[in-house]
Amino acid sequence: MARKINYQQAINEALNQEMTRDPTVVIMGEDVAGGMGTDGEQEAWGGVLGVTKGLYKKFGDRVMDTPITESAFIGAAVGAATAGLRPVAELMFIDFMGVCLDQIFNQAAKFRYMFGGKAETPVVIRTMYGAGFRAAAQHSQCLYPVFTHIPGLKVVMPATPYDAKGLLIQAIRDNDPVIFCEHKVLYTLEGDVPEEPYAIPFGEASVVREGKDVTIVTLGRMVHMATQAADNLAKAGIKCEVIDLRTTSPMDTDTILESVENTGRLVVVDEAHPRCNIATDVSALVAEQAFDSLKAPIKMVTAPHVPVPFSDTLEDLYIPNAAKIEAAVKAVMGKKG
Amino acid sequence: MSDSIKALTMPKWGLSMKEGKVASWLLQEGASVSPGNEILEVETEKIASAVEAADGGILRKIVAQEGETLPVGALLAVIADASVGAGAIDAFVEEFQKNFVPPAEGEEDAGPKTQVIEVKGRAIRYLKQGDGGTPLVLIHGFGGDLNNWLFNQESLAGKRTVIAFDLPGHGQSSKQVGNASLGEFAQVLHDVMDALSVPKAHLAGHSMGGGIALEFALAHPGRVASLTLIAPAGLGAEINGGYIDGFIESTGRRDIKPHLEQLFADAELVSRQMINDILGYKRLDGVDAALRAIRDKVFPGGKQAVVLRDRIGTLAMPIQVIWGEDDAIVPSKHAQGLPPKVKVNVLKGFGHMPQMEAAAEVNKLIEAQLG
Repeated sequence: MARKINYQQAINEALNQEMTRDPTVVIMGEDVAGGMGTDGEQEAWGGVLGVTKGLYKKFGDRVMDTPITESAFIGAAVGAATAGLRPVAELMFIDFMGVCLDQIFNQAAKFRYMFGGKAETPVVIRTMYGAGFRAAAQHSQCLYPVFTHIPGLKVVMPATPYDAKGLLIQAIRDNDPVIFCEHKVLYTLEGDVPEEPYAIPFGEASVVREGKDVTIVTLGRMVHMATQAADNLAKAGIKCEVIDLRTTSPMDTDTILESVENTGRLVVVDEAHPRCNIATDVSALVAEQAFDSLKAPIKMVTAPHVPVPFSDTLEDLYIPNAAKIEAAVKAVMGKKG
Repeated sequence: MSDSIKALTMPKWGLSMKEGKVASWLLQEGASVSPGNEILEVETEKIASAVEAADGGILRKIVAQEGETLPVGALLAVIADASVGAGAIDAFVEEFQKNFVPPAEGEEDAGPKTQVIEVKGRAIRYLKQGDGGTPLVLIHGFGGDLNNWLFNQESLAGKRTVIAFDLPGHGQSSKQVGNASLGEFAQVLHDVMDALSVPKAHLAGHSMGGGIALEFALAHPGRVASLTLIAPAGLGAEINGGYIDGFIESTGRRDIKPHLEQLFADAELVSRQMINDILGYKRLDGVDAALRAIRDKVFPGGKQAVVLRDRIGTLAMPIQVIWGEDDAIVPSKHAQGLPPKVKVNVLKGFGHMPQMEAAAEVNKLIEAQLG
């Protein structure tokens, strides 16, 4: 039965159900239990924002607190994956990936390729990204384009509780390394989620609004900004098709191209910095493969090329929002050919 | 308000419908209407269909314009006798609009809700509407669920209790299908009727659900008041095995769409939302295995394993068959050559889902049989 739960509960439920189904699924990370193996309060945390709460009590030592050494426990998770476990490692903030990149992009991402296609590395790295949490420059970045760039990694960007559960279950069952990116501002977002386990395949975008005038391609938290903009624009008679990529690697290029062939106009919305991000990637795809369909230049709505500011006022200004998306849509509509 | 003035309002098709768009008016102001007449076309994000008149009279005033999107319950038109004055009609509209409160965003739906009962270890989801009389039980087909009756259940619930439920392996019921035979499902129907205290019911089954209804009627004739078989399984060996396989094997939107389009005479009815709902169902753990088990048991090798047509003549209760002439899944020629006691209705211009595509017609036929 479907009922309303939030994004954070959907992730917890996916972990709970997959750990119940498959004894090789384990969780590791900083404070994912919080109090593991101590005489004090057990399960004091359940992750820094409580996403894994309740799992230590149910699954015991399959939920492992690690030292504050990302390079060590991400390496351990990758190694355990090659040896038969299905670890879900929680790397608190995506901003901390820097210290464990070798484990991810030189090891996990390469094993299948370098060992004749025979090696499998079924590891999931869950991590929080995104601005809007007043967490400043080192805890707010959108580094998913970095992982999308690397062959051998799958990159997942759920925007809704339904997708968070189904995509995390798919990530855990997948035999390749998956970077699972959770926007911390979405944790409290509620939506309909079936109680039963279900897996959403990677590489299938979700069309969240249908429209004939402009295609808006977006992902993660920006899906909600884009639908808000689309709903406002619909009142003014401009019908936007909003495409939520759901996964950036693999990416559902067919859905993007089909939509642009119908609308002839493209706005790409990405919370990441503007250079070498998902917006530039999608724009290049459309410019190369659907140029003849375009009636107007492509517009990109992104954060600026600066770190995320600590000042509330500046952070609010930094994040793309519905008003900026509406302005971009109006701009591409004004250039009808 | 005068009782002789009737409001025609935005219907609620299915549990999730919040609003609908007025696509086109099929009748003009001044037209005379009888209950069941199609008055206008409405589109929702799931499907488009016609709105039928519940009351007879003259279509006196069209309130909602084509292209308008309105919440469920909003006033679309006014039906009244010719004797009612124009001033009274205007006053009725004014009073309706003044009192109408559209359901607020996110507000819990006050409409009928599905329930779940435990039947011999399986959770079965069902929806009960209406009250009294000999109940009507609706049985969906392969890959379907109780929402297949969204244009029928409420309309038929005016005079009696109408129960639709999800078969095991379908919708939101348990995914355990046992030996996956028509007989197994007929036993589930038996157990569901027991659990809901329904000693005897009218049965309407669609496609595989028709085969289940027939199997049940043969096993328990005393518990069946009448049978309505819509594009049923069980009346011949042929079935479109390519559809069954395609439905099972498809994993994404693009693969499954051409298969779903075979269900309808009008392929446009296959909306993106319908595809998403079906993919969402197919992705639940256990569904794939359930569908494969049913295929292997009920439709092995692209043929129907159980053909009951020789036994249908032994049944005493009223029986009718309803078929879309252009059915691309179960051929409508199976409606030919049945015993004379079986009333046969072949609807021109419709496919495998007449209860959705030709809802008004099908509702009228069911109503007529139930009396």
